[in-house]
Amino acid sequence: MTSPAITSAKPPGAAKFASRFDRFQVSLLVVAVLLTCGALAYGGFLLTVMQLAMIYAIFCIGLNFFMGYTGQASFGQNAFACIGGYGSAILCVQYGWDPLPALIASMVVAGLFALVIGYPTLRLRGHYLAMATFSLGLITYDISIHWTSVTQGYMGYAGIPPLGIGSFTIESEHWKLVALAVLVAFGFWLSLRMRDSRFGRGLRAISGSENGAAALGVRVSRYKLIAFVIAALYASAAGSLFAYTIGFISPEVFGPQMAVMTFTMLFVGGVGTIVGPIIGAIVTSLLQEVVRGSGHFQDIAYAVVLLVTLIYAPKGLSALGTLFRRKKGEA
Amino acid sequence: MSLLKVKGLTKRFGGLAANNDISLEVPQGSLFAVIGPNGAGKTTFFNMVSGFLSSTAGSIEFDGRDVTKVPQYDIAAMGLVRTFQLVQLFKGMSVAENVEVGCHLATRGGVAASLFRPSWFRKQEVEVRERAHELLEFVGLSAQAELDSELLPYGQQRLLEVARALAAKPKLLLLDEPAAGLNTQETEGLAHIIQKINAQGTTVLLIEHDVALVTRIAHRIAVLDFGKKIAEGTPDEIKAHPEVIAAYLGVEEVENA
Repeated sequence: MTSPAITSAKPPGAAKFASRFDRFQVSLLVVAVLLTCGALAYGGFLLTVMQLAMIYAIFCIGLNFFMGYTGQASFGQNAFACIGGYGSAILCVQYGWDPLPALIASMVVAGLFALVIGYPTLRLRGHYLAMATFSLGLITYDISIHWTSVTQGYMGYAGIPPLGIGSFTIESEHWKLVALAVLVAFGFWLSLRMRDSRFGRGLRAISGSENGAAALGVRVSRYKLIAFVIAALYASAAGSLFAYTIGFISPEVFGPQMAVMTFTMLFVGGVGTIVGPIIGAIVTSLLQEVVRGSGHFQDIAYAVVLLVTLIYAPKGLSALGTLFRRKKGEA
Repeated sequence: MSLLKVKGLTKRFGGLAANNDISLEVPQGSLFAVIGPNGAGKTTFFNMVSGFLSSTAGSIEFDGRDVTKVPQYDIAAMGLVRTFQLVQLFKGMSVAENVEVGCHLATRGGVAASLFRPSWFRKQEVEVRERAHELLEFVGLSAQAELDSELLPYGQQRLLEVARALAAKPKLLLLDEPAAGLNTQETEGLAHIIQKINAQGTTVLLIEHDVALVTRIAHRIAVLDFGKKIAEGTPDEIKAHPEVIAAYLGVEEVENA
């Protein structure tokens, strides 16, 4: 696959094995772009599916910072998507804000919330952290149901305006997908910059060995907290974008189901890989539509896919390239 | 001048005194070794000095500052960097990236710098790569730079840990049983590297099980047994010390051990 002549010609440190971009991951991205173009060409229901895939991709890019690079467990990021979604809905519908400032304001709130919640919670490790974060998602879900004066309970919010700036709004479903894809690309680009830096290396060192990282001067708890806040910011943006794209939100959208689904996406795509979040979001979203035909067996089909991935491709689809290469090298 | 001064350091786990009243001074520029049989309390001593474990009593002074209660990353930032007996490599990162993480303390910049990439940041990234490359060459791992660190054989993992610690530009390098699990040839290579590090001006505090290695390369040796310091001196003095011989050979007739 990789020609040794090209690899060795690169400057020291420029080419890294699977931890950086390899050709397989790049080709996966190309497929993702082609799929998006296909959806734009065919239109119809595929457009909506891809729109949602893009929104979840943004969510997962953030989640990957916390779960992938830093190696911590969180099943409660849907709480921050909830803040983003409701923040945008309330600000736009009740107070007539423009979508973009509402999105940013919600992100700020979600970020602060993550900071306050994360500070005590991130002292927990492993299963305990997973439980605590899961409860966080459940709590916000309950609040979104019962605090009816603010959230309108099960009724949710309808009539949320589409994304746009000033008088320019994106009404067409085609352009919505294009805008979302551009935002995914932007979020992805930001995540790459953060990853390939002193900060990003510190995060990944924590997932490799907390003790080792601390011995080299990485402030482990601070870095974990920052990763948690980054994940919350992405989640909040995804929540807001959901509101703008679909125009309607209700508590179910940001319920525990969302945590499970994004978790599946991240693992199918490849937790801790560069393109994993995007690939996982798209593949899982499309898959959902495929298995939807199986009616009540939908969840089972879903679980089977997750299990098969975890067993045969534990590092997800994005790492398959490395898997093949290693097999080839051994042979 | 002493770079590290330990006075009356004690650690009790319940009723067990893993370290009991240990005092020693590591002179600037020296290659100092702490030896002792298994379970003598060497690693406990190390963990306290590096801030991984709090002490029950006693004080630790590093570079003229009391660091007894200072958290580990601050101790590391002051220039006291350790390695681990069980290698703590960063899995999922390449060999070179592992060393790049080692440059953490010698560099600066957080999220904002990584997003906006000012010119000093870009320059620093290039320097980090170059430094990682130099250090890998120093320990002889250049050829493996792009490999997943997990795939390295054990002996090379240890060398990688040393290179990573050096990237932090330590004043005092603490090596916790670096030769454990290495074959004779690998141990030889490691001994050579430790001597080179010391010759370049880094003070080294070495914990070792392998007495032959230590008596050959260390300037000064302290011996622990059952949590107590039973002897300290030059390699020749230690080799001739009756209590040390008793501790290692388990001579039962020796009284007052």
